[in-house]
Amino acid sequence: MSWANGVGTANVTLVVAVAVLVGSGVYLLLERTLTRVVLGTLLIGNGVNLLILVGGGAAGGAPILGRTPIGAMSDPLPEAMILTAIVITLGVSAFLLAVANRSWQLTGDDEVQNDYEDHRVIERAEHREADEETEADTDTDERPEEPGDQPEGAG
Amino acid sequence: MTGFAALVPLPVIVPLLAAGVKFALGPRMEALQRWLSAATLAAVLVVAVVLLAAADRYGPQVVRVGGWPAPLGIVLVADRLSALLLVVSSAITLCVLIYSIGQGMADDDRAGPLSVFHPTFIILMAGVANAFLAGDLFNLYVGFEILLSASYVLLTLGGTLARIRAGTTYIVVSLVSSVIFLIALGLVYAATGTLNMADLAVRLGGLSPDVRLVLQLTLLLAFGIKAAVFPLSAWLPDSYPTAPAPVTAVFAGLLTKVGVYAMIRTETLLFPGRQTATLLMVVAALTMIIGILGAIAQTDIKRLLSFTLVSHIGYMVFGIGLMSVNGLGAAVFYVAHHITVQTALFLVTGLVERRGGTASLDRMGGLARRSPLLALLFFVPAMNLAGIPPLSGFLGKLGLLRAGVAAGTPLAYVLVGAGLVTSLLTLYAVARVWNRAFWRGTPEDATAEPGSVLEARTAMSGTRIVVPSVFPRRMVGATVALVLMGLAFTVFAGPLVRYTDRAAAELLGRGTYVGAVLGGRS
Repeated sequence: MSWANGVGTANVTLVVAVAVLVGSGVYLLLERTLTRVVLGTLLIGNGVNLLILVGGGAAGGAPILGRTPIGAMSDPLPEAMILTAIVITLGVSAFLLAVANRSWQLTGDDEVQNDYEDHRVIERAEHREADEETEADTDTDERPEEPGDQPEGAG
Repeated sequence: MTGFAALVPLPVIVPLLAAGVKFALGPRMEALQRWLSAATLAAVLVVAVVLLAAADRYGPQVVRVGGWPAPLGIVLVADRLSALLLVVSSAITLCVLIYSIGQGMADDDRAGPLSVFHPTFIILMAGVANAFLAGDLFNLYVGFEILLSASYVLLTLGGTLARIRAGTTYIVVSLVSSVIFLIALGLVYAATGTLNMADLAVRLGGLSPDVRLVLQLTLLLAFGIKAAVFPLSAWLPDSYPTAPAPVTAVFAGLLTKVGVYAMIRTETLLFPGRQTATLLMVVAALTMIIGILGAIAQTDIKRLLSFTLVSHIGYMVFGIGLMSVNGLGAAVFYVAHHITVQTALFLVTGLVERRGGTASLDRMGGLARRSPLLALLFFVPAMNLAGIPPLSGFLGKLGLLRAGVAAGTPLAYVLVGAGLVTSLLTLYAVARVWNRAFWRGTPEDATAEPGSVLEARTAMSGTRIVVPSVFPRRMVGATVALVLMGLAFTVFAGPLVRYTDRAAAELLGRGTYVGAVLGGRS
């Protein structure tokens, strides 16, 4: 099989490119702004696609019988997989951008929000002096009414 | 080869076609579309049952897509494990669909559900079926992506602030796990030159153990995020509870189990042996204990149930870690049981939320008197989840614990102890829900008399809805059906356990699967 051509002879430039793309992607992914997160996933996605290409072995001729001798063909399967992965990344990134846009519409920025329920659990743990029942009652009294589309608790 | 193999692609193709038709129709012809959705999922269920019988009697059913021979082309395989999970998952998606139809009609919330919810929901089923049936790793990846893309849409339905917030975390975490899966695919292909799982089962044996371990751990990491195994589980309780009730129900039942399925498949078929057994067992113990401790701290029923979901994934990982026929068989039984029970509980919670006006335990009470049927519907699956003796939750846990004792290593005994403690704490957690929501008197500030306005995060489009005086028949009917299905696992436990043991023997044997896929080549 043609994949055996490339074993042990991976192209160093491509490997370095993979490392740079994935490394910068991870850095962006750890940012709080959703737009940067999208850019990060795009970079990582491209890096991984390159990785699959490197894994597919050395470059060769077009894999068409009669045009290229069988030994000199490049492996078409990684390229097919990369195409699929590109399409999937495109779709998901488009959706993530839509989510970022919606978040911007609702809050004025596209930062990833804190989890309110976690805060509530921490707060409850902090002033847990009375027994559970009374604590539950005061908890209810103190809580202000929440706006309409911000459901209670997980808001 | 029998003619049954021709049925194998149907659970993927039929839902995709139906979803296409529904997208084309848009919001037109409501009644017809509702029937189309239900009929599609019913058809998948029927096909799945036939495949189950065929896979059990004649061995794995293999179809080579496009007629390409096995390691080159794409193969779809229905063996005992895939067929069983396909049956259970199509049954619960059908129930949840009927529930959601009932809810949509009752809330007069039509435009959203029909043109977006139904097609996406059906595509989710196609993705799940594709993941279960995939015979090569890349197709498994595609199956995951189909179901994840559908789940992104379902989770952010309506686009309210809460759902966007939860959806962001969920999408980014899922993306990361998919990227790790893709890296694993690249590495596996670079190392072996194939992604066909049967072919890999043969070729991976020829690699050096170190390389094999790297591949195995990368795959485990990817599936661990999807299955919400402990250190990788923080995203789940954060993102599930804000979705509409039917969506949360089907996510809780299915999505993590697809991750567990992928773990079972790769651990048995591609990487037999015990090199990660210790790791899996330690992770399983942590998942069980930390998950259930999280559940105890919650006051919101949906969040509480999400934490029990994480916790009980630990039982399944425990069964995988044991790598014995009994352990694996019990794990498969537990997966089937847990899909049903967890989905039923979330559907009941949807009803509780409509009746009680909130999902917060601090603000509800007296539901047992106001709605005895609801109390019964909650009580049975809750006890089933905790593992009270005659029910299937008990049988599944018993099977796992016996397999753990049979393994006899100190770590296995630790796991048995952790399993018992988790079971007890699960009972405590659900009993707390029972006491507060159903048993105690109605608190003064309890909301939701019939006719009052409910801050409805269960509603499909995230708007406010009016609490109905009676429950819609379809919602209750679908919930009852799921609770009964959970009980059926108890009644038919004997044949089912024998079936899952056969499935486990087939998984550990590997020969039947590899032979069925590659047999036609030479």
